[in-house]
Amino acid sequence: MSAITRDEVAHLARLSRLALTDDELDHYATQLDAIIESVAKVAEVAAEDVPPSSHALPLTNVFRPDEVRPSLTPEQALSGAPAVEDDRFRVPRILGEEA
Amino acid sequence: MSLIHNTAAELGAMIAAGEVSAAEVAGAHLDRMAEVEPKVGAFLHVDRETTLEQARAVDARLQAGEKLGPLAGVPIAHKDIFATRDMPTTAASKILEGWHPPYDATVTRRLREAGLVILGKTNLDEFAMGSSTENSAYQLTHNPWDLTRVPGGSSGGSSAAVASYEAPLSTGTDTGGSIRQPAAVTGIVGMKPTYGGSSRYGLIAFASSLDTPGPFARTVLDAAMLQETFSGYDPMDSTSIDAPVPSVVEAARNADVSGMRIGVIREFAGEGAQPGVLARFNEAVQLLESLGAKVVEVSCPSFETALPAYYLIAPSECSSNLARFDAMRYGLRVGDDGTRSAEEVMALTRAAGFGPEVKRRIMLGTYALSSGYYDAYYGQAQKVRTVISREFEAAFHQVDVLISPTTPTTAFPIGERADDPMAMYLADLYTIPSNLSGNAAMSVPCGLADEDGLPVGLQIMAPVLGDDRCYRVGAAVEKALESRWGGGLLAKAPAL
Repeated sequence: MSAITRDEVAHLARLSRLALTDDELDHYATQLDAIIESVAKVAEVAAEDVPPSSHALPLTNVFRPDEVRPSLTPEQALSGAPAVEDDRFRVPRILGEEA
Repeated sequence: MSLIHNTAAELGAMIAAGEVSAAEVAGAHLDRMAEVEPKVGAFLHVDRETTLEQARAVDARLQAGEKLGPLAGVPIAHKDIFATRDMPTTAASKILEGWHPPYDATVTRRLREAGLVILGKTNLDEFAMGSSTENSAYQLTHNPWDLTRVPGGSSGGSSAAVASYEAPLSTGTDTGGSIRQPAAVTGIVGMKPTYGGSSRYGLIAFASSLDTPGPFARTVLDAAMLQETFSGYDPMDSTSIDAPVPSVVEAARNADVSGMRIGVIREFAGEGAQPGVLARFNEAVQLLESLGAKVVEVSCPSFETALPAYYLIAPSECSSNLARFDAMRYGLRVGDDGTRSAEEVMALTRAAGFGPEVKRRIMLGTYALSSGYYDAYYGQAQKVRTVISREFEAAFHQVDVLISPTTPTTAFPIGERADDPMAMYLADLYTIPSNLSGNAAMSVPCGLADEDGLPVGLQIMAPVLGDDRCYRVGAAVEKALESRWGGGLLAKAPAL
């Protein structure tokens, strides 16, 4: 039995915002199936009573004084933008209505 | 002997003494690059004029009496995952083609402040995901020992540049072995500092709880000097450790292992590795004993589960980190013809801009984090991470450092594992545990495998903030082996 179906891979691609072709879906379904089967070995470690680590070292919140400091200018911040209008990022429509 | 064969320490001293200018040193390396780059392909971006300008500026600073570090004027190859204001920064991805960051990474800034001269940006696996540099969207990089083989990865451009004498030093990042493994398979020194010991600010993120910048060099001392130059607390990185940098240069000069307790990890010292790798490793163990170290065997039974845990944790973090490539604020935008929605443009751009390995990992991470699978995959992997950290902790109660081969095999042929993800992932089997637990780990050359004549690396692992121990042991091994060989391992490499 496979660990992951082609339909599940198509769903993952949608969640990941990756517009994949049918051929790519077939290819990735086979590869992801093999990878997931292999990484499932983590279940073999008895770790019920072990706390999870999200990080290697203990983390604490880091604060700094809430002071105005120099930062990027609008020109610098927009310097790599694919499209700019009136000192802002210009983006395609984000709402569902017809263009 | 020409300038390209000098160590970074020697070049720094020669420049400081006025025996040679930074511009002359940069020129010699640029000439070497012009000669061998067509064969090696280590660099994604080179700009001779910008490099010489930097070098002349350092010469002027030195002449004006400015006090710079011991590496002032020394050239360095910089992995193209660190933001550089004056050079493109692509992470070897089409999604960032031509991008010029508006700021410098902390590592970049510290290199500049110390007067190092950046020769260019080196090739890598796209977003540092890979073990062969074949996942670069731009070009292959070839191993200087055998041009038909990979230079390791993900920092394969940086390892190849140093091993082919294009640069005495380079930077890398190590998320699962991406400094140590390329260092091992190209016969040079590579160090993954303690996580949090070197700043991630301005480093394009792959897996933030694991990513660690570190040095490549041809000698242990050079690596230590570079690590000391860019390490240390950075308020711009919230996981940066606010503690003194371990005195790694002093340790590299010390090179004394007498009385040290060294543990051989049983699970990583048996079958599973190539015979020639094991033979060189076992010789290194004997060598350390002959130098006065006390060697014992240590068992870390869960280390074999580090690889599957890593391939859940790293893709999970990457699926979140790479969500920032949304085609809106910077980078590539595809299919924006006025009819498509932002979401459609996003999906088309990401499909066109990311390569296959990046797509695989994003989807794998999305799967591991999705409800219904989270506990069995990501949650369980995080628990395994705790178990591995505890095994390290227990081991470091018994010994000062742990050792293993750096990689199970020598450099593999280009193309051999390119479309076989699981085979590729095995290259990081021995390096991954140190990323999960955050401790320091180094790879230092320990000879050539009999069956293929290719370099083998010895991995030295030390506790968190025990980086100096890696340098002490690495320098001792280097000194003893070089006196046995009558020179460095790279002297045995075929001429390019």
